[in-house]
Amino acid sequence: MSATQVIVDAELEAPPVVASPPRLRRFHPGVILSGLIVAFLIVAAVLPSWVTSRDPLAIDISHSLQPPSLSHLLGTDQSGRDLYARIVYGARLSLLIGIGATALSMTIAIAFGVVAGLSGRLVDGAINRFIEVLFSFPVLLLALLFVTVFGPSATTEIVAVGIGTAPGYARMVRGQVLAVRGSGYVEAANALGHSYLRVVRRHILPNAMRPLVVVVTLGVGQSIVWASGMSFLGLGVAPPSPEWGALLDAGRNYVTGAWWLEVLPGVAIVAFAMSVTSIGRYVRQRLEGGLRDDR
Amino acid sequence: MSTAAPAEVARTPRRPGYRAVQRYGLRILGAIGVLWAAATFTFFVQALLPGDRAALILNLETGQNIHRSARELAPINSEYGFSNPIVVQYLHYLGGLVRGDLGTSYQMHQPVTTIIGAQVTPTIVLTVASLLFAWLIALVLTVATTKRVRFVSAIGSGFETITAGLPQYWFGVILLVVLAIDLRIFPVQGGTSAAGLVLPALTLGVPLAGFIGQVTRDEFEKVLDQPFITSARARGMGDLEVRLRHALRHAVLPAITLSGWALGALFSGAVITEAVFARPGLGNVLVTGANTRDIPIVSGIVMLVAFVYVLANLLVDLAYSLVDPRMRTS
Repeated sequence: MSATQVIVDAELEAPPVVASPPRLRRFHPGVILSGLIVAFLIVAAVLPSWVTSRDPLAIDISHSLQPPSLSHLLGTDQSGRDLYARIVYGARLSLLIGIGATALSMTIAIAFGVVAGLSGRLVDGAINRFIEVLFSFPVLLLALLFVTVFGPSATTEIVAVGIGTAPGYARMVRGQVLAVRGSGYVEAANALGHSYLRVVRRHILPNAMRPLVVVVTLGVGQSIVWASGMSFLGLGVAPPSPEWGALLDAGRNYVTGAWWLEVLPGVAIVAFAMSVTSIGRYVRQRLEGGLRDDR
Repeated sequence: MSTAAPAEVARTPRRPGYRAVQRYGLRILGAIGVLWAAATFTFFVQALLPGDRAALILNLETGQNIHRSARELAPINSEYGFSNPIVVQYLHYLGGLVRGDLGTSYQMHQPVTTIIGAQVTPTIVLTVASLLFAWLIALVLTVATTKRVRFVSAIGSGFETITAGLPQYWFGVILLVVLAIDLRIFPVQGGTSAAGLVLPALTLGVPLAGFIGQVTRDEFEKVLDQPFITSARARGMGDLEVRLRHALRHAVLPAITLSGWALGALFSGAVITEAVFARPGLGNVLVTGANTRDIPIVSGIVMLVAFVYVLANLLVDLAYSLVDPRMRTS
């Protein structure tokens, strides 16, 4: 899971300069499927009663640990609660945590990255060092440290994942700002005698921020994976709420007999993360006209 | 760069090793600086604890969660030195780190280093085994499938894309369900036995392999277009030999850098993997510590990992110059 973090970082490298005009396939089955998955999960998060009629908390001991069937699409857990309903209702919290963590980490990253990219050597160097220090803590360990000190909760999860993933993005924002600052049009704007603030506001910031649109999409998927990892360890959201990682954690004791409890919530996490990633890559291709293959 | 080099040599008539010593000296100083900052950060996160650490410890000891009076807290405050000014506590903490003292567990009342020492071996075994797995899978995959017929290359890169994105906690569960519970090839709870190591090591190694593979594949493709590859082929060298003797050496460079980074990631992964397979090790100590809010244990392990990470990246720098002789002079 941390490997994907670096993929996100790799995504952020400057796109290759292409001479030929972009050839984009008109029909992208993968992207369409991803779009459907994300749309479904967003509906589930906003209006869960639209996609399931069952109550995620309704206990029915006589139907406990049922395998997937027509009456219980994804089976039931040890208390007879419907797993499909629990995954649907869990979408809200999982997505909120993912979006919250990404928003926090982007805010930190933009603040540090922009200041570093625009400042002179001293400030830039200091911020760079700080980022390097944060890098020496793996995201999960930083998160565990926060949970230990502040106690487990959704807020801790958001803050921990937000801070943990921030250094990678900050490094990238800084790179973008530096690249834009050195570009011809910024030089031209300076030569035209525009004030520093105007150049920063009108030229540097908008152009440096544009690639972030894609990074934000990739980041949400990534944050959900991290946050679910914490819940999986029993250090996230408290058990009764059906957050995806918490479902995985709850299913762990029944893995020998009831595989669906442990496998299917993971499918939701992986499907969401991969869909968001593939949409993000597609959007980047369209925006930048890059000819990268679909890897 | 190459034009500036002779002038530089003329100006500083020192022994050739001097520049290397200077370079590594600076790197080591930088690494110490990063560690010091990491320790400072860890200390202040602890000191930020909402409420009182003494109350937390007392409540942990008695299993209660009630408000404590100052008189009850006084002995604990003096035992752990919480009544000292924060600067004194900070210097005390740093001094402890320098001597290799990570504090005392709130829960188990043993030095953190003792607890880590007792549990660290299975985690090291797991980490090393999965790093080996990852490299083995990645190298075989790159050498075998890069720049082949489109179909074969697609299989290789498809495998890498999918595995690199898998969350370890889920991949581990799939392996467990399929290979241990359904097919009964491996034990469900292997403990520290050799058979029990295979699944956890695969859980950690396969996603990393996908990731290392992506990086080496990119490099490998570029290298295979180089003139020296053509010249090797022109000398009549076979395809496999070209790939192994000429291309691979270049292609592994970025992946070596990555492995330094991967040590930190592998440790995070080990924490999760140990939880999936109920395997003893540092990960279990860490999760228990986080659950019982045993701050010294968690911060001690965090510092240890930061130390290993910084050290690994330092070693990667050295490994670089071993694999690529060009790095020794520049």
